[in-house]
Order: sequence, then structure tokens, then C-alpha cells
Amino acid sequence: MKRTLLLAALCLGLTGPAFAAGGAELPGYQVVVDLTNRASLQRGAKYFMNYCLGCHSVKYSRYSRVGEDLGLDMEMVKDNLIFTGQRVSERMEIAMAPDEAERWFGASPPDLSMIARQKGATYIYQYLMTFYADEDRPWGVNNWRFPYTTMPHVLWREQGLQQAEWKEVENGNGEKKPVIAGLTLESPGLKTPEEYQQLVVDITSFLVYVSEPARLTRESVGTWVLFFLLVLGGFAYFLKREYWQDIH
Amino acid sequence: MKAYFGGLIGWIDARFPLMRLWNEHFAHYYAPKNFNFWYFFGSLALLVLIIQIVTGIFLTMHYKPDAELAFASLEYIRRDVPLGWLIQYMHSTGASFFFIVVYLHMFRGIMYGSFKAPRELIWLLGMFLYMALMAEAFMGYLLPWGNMSYWGAQVIVNLFSTIPWVGPDIAIWLRGDFAVSDATLTRFFALHVSAIPLAILALVMLHIMALHEVGSNNPDGVEIKKHKDADGKPLDGVPFHPYYTVKDIWGSIAFLFLFALVVFFAPEMGGYFLEPDNFTPANPLLTPEHIVPVWYFTPFYSILRAIPDPQFGALAMLLSILVLFFLPWIDRNPVRSVRYRSQLYKLNLLLFVVTFAVLGYLGFNAPTALYSELALRFGEWYFLFFIALWFFSRPRRNIERLVSLAVVLGLISLYDVVRMEPGHEMLVFLGWLMPAAFVTVMFLGSGIEKLGRDLPVPDRVTE
Repeated sequence: MKRTLLLAALCLGLTGPAFAAGGAELPGYQVVVDLTNRASLQRGAKYFMNYCLGCHSVKYSRYSRVGEDLGLDMEMVKDNLIFTGQRVSERMEIAMAPDEAERWFGASPPDLSMIARQKGATYIYQYLMTFYADEDRPWGVNNWRFPYTTMPHVLWREQGLQQAEWKEVENGNGEKKPVIAGLTLESPGLKTPEEYQQLVVDITSFLVYVSEPARLTRESVGTWVLFFLLVLGGFAYFLKREYWQDIH
Repeated sequence: MKAYFGGLIGWIDARFPLMRLWNEHFAHYYAPKNFNFWYFFGSLALLVLIIQIVTGIFLTMHYKPDAELAFASLEYIRRDVPLGWLIQYMHSTGASFFFIVVYLHMFRGIMYGSFKAPRELIWLLGMFLYMALMAEAFMGYLLPWGNMSYWGAQVIVNLFSTIPWVGPDIAIWLRGDFAVSDATLTRFFALHVSAIPLAILALVMLHIMALHEVGSNNPDGVEIKKHKDADGKPLDGVPFHPYYTVKDIWGSIAFLFLFALVVFFAPEMGGYFLEPDNFTPANPLLTPEHIVPVWYFTPFYSILRAIPDPQFGALAMLLSILVLFFLPWIDRNPVRSVRYRSQLYKLNLLLFVVTFAVLGYLGFNAPTALYSELALRFGEWYFLFFIALWFFSRPRRNIERLVSLAVVLGLISLYDVVRMEPGHEMLVFLGWLMPAAFVTVMFLGSGIEKLGRDLPVPDRVTE
């Protein structure tokens, strides 16, 4: 495993991250996604089906595939994860009509099949961590990572409500503008901050998984392929050396 | 064993020139014995071509060339088709690796003068291959029907509308519609899976036939056919089979190791091979923040953007590719290999590599005032490489040095005066120093014996 990680790091190191989603980066909020933590993925699936799947479809994924990949048998999936009466082999779609959703929320909730590949795990984590109270917004909340989001804070019961602390910062033209300095928990929710953070990590991990289910296996398959090529390459090298030793 | 197959081969040989072809292209094809690392990339390009064709066939079985279905069918391949993710990543990674391999292959040709007489046709056929490859990659990139696919195609097709008079009509003709749409997708699919691959295969065959007619060049740039033994075999050559077959097998496996590293551990390659915006379905109403082509086009994209006028920008980009076709007639210096060229030639070649890389980097980033200026200056360096190559074709007199310097510097300065905007004087002047330094060093420096003189070429290959 360590070697795989090292190889992956080498690969990525060649190029470095070049793209970031729009909006401010929040260095205070960092997430480490561990797809080998199956319990976390299972919890993430549970939270996702309960809190998110009402409005956000994952239309490229099937319930059965999620069950298989996360080690849940189909009865468990049917009884605990499907709330819409769909069959396990069906795609994770929603009943809400996009045009109605747009009227209610101002924007239709996007499909989340690929959200982790579009915006990255950090974005999802920061978005779910940084809702704060804002009386001027229709749902009473705003978001630090994605200002003026049209989504209500679905997880407010779990997290409680955060309050933003503001500070003045001078911009390039010498004008002073208020920016958020940090968020403090004003009214606690059902979960402690640590428990809530774990919940968000679980949902984030699930979304990373569901954006590319093959990722659960491709690195271990890849390790075997590399091993095979290494052995084959060794033979090929000595064969070449054997033939070439009498040249020159 | 031999006798057993001998009967079959004899039977075939009486009806088809099997052994003759084998001997001509493998067993009795003599290649110089001093091929180095750079000579792997020809056979590797063939390997990537085979990977692309085989994975492409499997992708075609599951892909739906329909604007309504294309994006979902890609996800279907990645999620529901057994090992579909592997096939798809091999194909997308293969596209980028194709360009890596081809760029190194072309650089090898430039570095060792493999395009020079009598190998001009090999170079020309190779350039047509490169153009076909670019068309293939560009059309293939539309097929996932992601948002970057869509807007990338929109931008590139719009380049054609900069052609005077007929441009807009040509753009409509190419798209089959007034904007990129289902009609564009289906025709790009047809061209991507049949027309261009056929052209590529035909060109590869011609490229190799032309090569085997005149024989391979080598890192010393000397003709091995000049020195033959009593049997008429080149003294410095070895039969391609078995020597280079076993060597290329070893090279191919080393290459596949790197290839697998990306396919299995970083298929997105940090956003360079698969761009994040392309995981959003094509949306004509949602323009991505920065429209960036895939990395292999960014050097030319930089040149396009370096000139604010779209028509001249497109022309400069076209020229930056076309100029490569004329390389055999630009660089007429009889010394082929970089090993025996002057110090200034080596500097020129090094700067060309740096220029290409920097242009590629700039093409990725938003064109700020500084970056646009840099793109223009490196674009000038790109073309100055070829002018310097022409200049180094033969020993020059002092008057030629001065006239060349004056003409080139005059034209560049003239353009700077024309485009000068108030507030940018400092930036333009500092930028002007780049081409000015280049031509001064190259043209005047060639008068200094130590810098400008080519070295004596050995009679036989070294090593």
C-alpha cells in the first residue's frame, strides 16, 4: 500500500495541482479521504441517502453497485438505503422535477455523481463545514466556501448554527471590505463538533467513491500490473543484453 | 521445427512474398548499431497507435454518438462495463502519451538531422502524420461531450471562421450547424473512428517504407552505407531482427510501466490528461472559467493568443505548424547531428525546447498582461529558432550577419511600435530585449570562431 501511495505521489508530483474550483480556498479546513475505510464509506452512504438523495440524484450509479462495493447485502440495501421503493438494480434518481426545484430554490440541485471529480474532495468538505447564519438569505444561512449558495443547511440539526466573525481587509484600491475571519458555533446541534466533522468526512468519502467506483480496485490491480511488467522487463532486459554483448 | 514450418512458409512464399517482406523489413534490414535512448520513440509510437486502436474498438462497442446519450454512455463505460474504466483510461492516457512519444520522436529527428537529404520525404510524411494525429485527438476530445469538450471544439472550429471571406461558411460546414451540436458530434465520431485512423495507418506504412528505402539515420548523422563488408553489409549496421526487436521489446515494457503508472494511479494526471470541467456534461449556456485545450495543443494555443487580432493570431498559429514542414529546406547545413554542430546551434536547439515548454505552460494559464507579453516573446523565439537554423546553413560573411540582424530586429521593433499602448512601454521594452538578445547572440556570435564553427564529422559511427 505504501509503495502504491509513493508511486501515485511521484506521478502527481510531476505535474502538481493546476486547477481549483472557483471561490475562496479555506486553508483552515482540510480533509483526508481514506477509501480503504469501509465503515466510513458505509456511514457516508447512510447519511447521503438520508439527507441528500431527496434533492440530489446520483444518476450514474446504481444502488446495487454501491451495496456491492461497500460490502452490504442487497436486503440491507433495500431495507436501509432505498426510501423511494425503487429496485436495487435501478439508478439513484430523484422524483423532484428540475423546473419545480428551480422555482423553489432558485437553482435546480445538481446531480452529484461526479461532484468530487468536478470540484474535488476539499471543496465538498469545506462546503458542508462552513454554513453560517445570515438573516438576509432566503433559508437563513449563507456559506463561506460558496457564498450565496441557494441550498439550505440540511445538516443544521446535526451541526447547530455557526456565526460568522468579520474583519476589515484593505483591497488593492485602498477600500476596506469586510471578509469572514472565522466561524464560531453559536447554538450547538445534536452532534459535538468532532462528531459532525466525522459525519462530513464520511459524506465526502462517499462522494469521492461514487464519482469513480473503479478507484476502489484500480490501484490494487495496478500494483499487480506493475509487478508483472517489472518481472517481464527484467527478462526482456537480460535477453537484450545477451544479444547485444557481441556488438561493438 | 524449421523443416516443419518450412513447408508452410514455402507454400505461402509461392503465392505471397512473405519471406521477402520479412527480410526486407526485419531480418536483412540493417540499422546503425549506435541507436541510443532517443531511437525508442519510433517503435513506441507504433505501440501507442496499436493501444489506441484496440481500446478504441472496445470503446466504440459501448459508446453512443448522440448529444443526449454520449456523456452518460461514458459514465456507463467507466462504471457498468466490466473493466470499462481500464479501457477508457488506457485510451485517454494513450492520447496524451501519443503526443509525448511523438514530440520526443520529432525532437530526435531535429536533433540528429534525420530530416535532411535523402530523408526529406520521411520527415514530410511524418509531419502529415502529426497533423492527422492532431485532428484525431481534437475530434476524439469532443466525444465525451463534457463541457470542456464542447467549448474546446467551439473555440477551435471558430478559428476557421477567421479565414477571410469564406471563413464563417467553412465553420458552419465543419460543424454541420450554427453551433457545436449533435450534428457536430456524429460527424466527429465518424471521422475519429474511421476516416482519420485509416489515413494514419496508410501514412505510417508510407513513413516506414520511405525509411526502409533510404535507411535509418543515427546519433552521429553519418551514412552507414558508405562502408560495407565483402558481402555488401554495412560495417556499422546490425540486422533489425533480432537486435532491434529485442531492444524495442525491452523499451516497450519500460514504456508500458510508465503508462500503467498513469493509467492505474493518476488517470486524470492532476487535471492535465482529464480536465475537471469535462466531468460536467456539455452545456451551451455555461462557459467554463478558462477554456484550455489539452496540454499537447497549449504551445500553439499560446501563439494564437499572443497576437490580439484573431485573424493574425490564427495565421501565426497556422504558420507555427506549417514551418515544421519546411525544415529540410530551412536547415541546409550538411552536418546532420547536433554532436558536430556549433555551440550556437546547440544553444539554439536548447532554447527551442525551453520555448516550446514555456509556451505550453502559458497556454494553460489566463492571459494576464505579463503572460501575454511573455507568450508573444516566446512566440518570437519559436520562429527565430527557424531563422537561426536557416542562418547556420552555411558559413556567413560579416555583411550577411549585419543585414540579417538589422532586418529581423527591424521587423520585430516595427511590430512593437505599431502595437504599443500607453502604460505598457516598460513591459514592451523589457520584452523587446528577449528577441534582441537572441538575434544579437546568434547572428553576431556566429562570427566568433569558437561559437559559430561546426566540428569535423567522423567517417564512421562512434561508440
